[in-house]
Amino acid sequence: MCARAGSLGDGRPMPRLSVREMSFAAIIVVALAAALPFFVSDYVLGVLTPGFYIAVFAMAWDLLFGFANEVNFGPTFLIGLGAYAAGIIDNRLGWAIWLCVAAGTAAAVAGGLVLALPALRVRGPYFGLTTLVAVLILSNLIVVFADLTGGEIGLTVPDVISIDAHANYWIALGFMSASGAILFALSRSPMGLILQASGQDAVQAGALGFNVTKHKLAAFTISAFFSGLAGALYVFYLGAASVGTLVDVTVGVQVIIAAVLGGRRTILGAALGAIFLIGATEALRPLGELATLVVSAVALLIVLFFPNGLIALIARVGGRA
Amino acid sequence: MVALQILIDGFAVSALYALGAIGFTLIFGVSGVLNLSHGALMVAAAVAAWAANGDLLVGNYAGAVFGVGVSLALALLTYAFIVRPIQRSQAIRNEEREIFILTATLLWGIVIQELIAYLYTSNAKTVLPIVEGVVAILGVRTPTNEIFTAVVCWGAIALLWFLVNRTRTGKAVLAASMNPRGVTLLGIELAWIYIAVWAIYGVLAGIAGVLLGMFLGVSSYSVGPLTASAFSIVVLGGLGSVSGSLIAAYVVGYLETLTAYLVSPAYRTIPALLLLVAVMYVRPRGLLGRR
Repeated sequence: MCARAGSLGDGRPMPRLSVREMSFAAIIVVALAAALPFFVSDYVLGVLTPGFYIAVFAMAWDLLFGFANEVNFGPTFLIGLGAYAAGIIDNRLGWAIWLCVAAGTAAAVAGGLVLALPALRVRGPYFGLTTLVAVLILSNLIVVFADLTGGEIGLTVPDVISIDAHANYWIALGFMSASGAILFALSRSPMGLILQASGQDAVQAGALGFNVTKHKLAAFTISAFFSGLAGALYVFYLGAASVGTLVDVTVGVQVIIAAVLGGRRTILGAALGAIFLIGATEALRPLGELATLVVSAVALLIVLFFPNGLIALIARVGGRA
Repeated sequence: MVALQILIDGFAVSALYALGAIGFTLIFGVSGVLNLSHGALMVAAAVAAWAANGDLLVGNYAGAVFGVGVSLALALLTYAFIVRPIQRSQAIRNEEREIFILTATLLWGIVIQELIAYLYTSNAKTVLPIVEGVVAILGVRTPTNEIFTAVVCWGAIALLWFLVNRTRTGKAVLAASMNPRGVTLLGIELAWIYIAVWAIYGVLAGIAGVLLGMFLGVSSYSVGPLTASAFSIVVLGGLGSVSGSLIAAYVVGYLETLTAYLVSPAYRTIPALLLLVAVMYVRPRGLLGRR
């Protein structure tokens, strides 16, 4: 596990879970999730499937924030680029879905690079603001070029991956598991350690001979790759793209809340947080307008009282048992 | 004619932006906190003024005062229950406090926003203006309310200037923004300074919110855009620089008004955003930033 363990709210050190323990737990959870379609209704699958895509958004965000210590307020810039590029190409040119997804991912990576080069020169709040502004510009452009993007009404995509709820669920689950495994492995690789080091003290990391900018740029690109890929796939699950579901700042806020709620700097925690957030919002739907209020309030309490997130809570309970 | 209209409209809008952003920059300058529940405070003040006037029939003036009071109370609550616990928490590492404060104030803003939407629906609300009627300035018909807005904004900014530069508390606040440790060495309780700053901030945000409610109207959907616009103005002007924020507010206000009149209201915010990106490329610390 990472070089330093955080501590829980009451001052005791956080119980460490080894990589092997975490992988083991993750494999069991994924296996159980894969068997879920045989036991539950399509309604539950319909809630979980978008949750899996949002989980990828959150994990990609955590790589940048948790490890490189850069607050990206604009995860939806990358997600939206991937989603809209893929959707527009499918709509206009009618390419095969996998080609559209590849093009969408490429667009997100390219956009990520354009954003990262100036953004990484500035630090802290300035970086956050630059990424936030990128989202605002993107959503404005989508509205301005309404002929191409569908504007405020949204873009309809003629093709979908599958209309079968089971197939969609498995594709999303498989995609999330694969992305999670890659991102988790990256975060525990030497590159992850260098990112952590540069996040904590960029000057010292540079003095040790690591190229901080290069590593942060790489982290940004990887984050953009997974965000764009997930965004593009999500469009072909939804069959439509709109600013409200993919680009709006509130969507980005949800991704950030998911990652912090689950436990930052853990990658897997981000996925946990996203699924919890989606599940909780759905479970509280009977409350009507109060649902978002309750979810945000609970998230706020977790941030204030359990800053290490859900995954630390689970580790503590697991460590005690 | 249009030029004069742009000049007048832009002045009022910019004054409002300036007042909204100045409290935000003050908090950052003194305690290094970026309060992302800023927009929620402004909207809460406007909706409180609207509700007090509509439901309790207290009249325009009392309604406006009530709105400012609600914003003041919320600002103090934000400091006491969100910001201070995070600043003092043992479980959060120092370099991560900033992001925790950002996340927590963001969530707190959403809680306030949703509460407003639940209690008073998310429909747009217009606070009844204190002064009504229209006057002609060099032939341009201008609502008296617009002049009132500009006057009150500049009055509040002047008062703040007086407070910071001419009173004992204000000087202590100024000193704390330069060197907190030095202030404690002089025997001034830092905790009180922070409370004073948050109180000033609450009043400023409240006045800005109520005026915005009278001028353009607010809804719970305005929370995010209001926070974003204060954030961009403050960064454009240079974080922590009050005069920078004033200049930036006017740049953004006029740029938006020009675009709205000459191009299309739909493109209103785009040039300001592009300018912000350009400033980030060329001069990341903002117009008058210290770092």
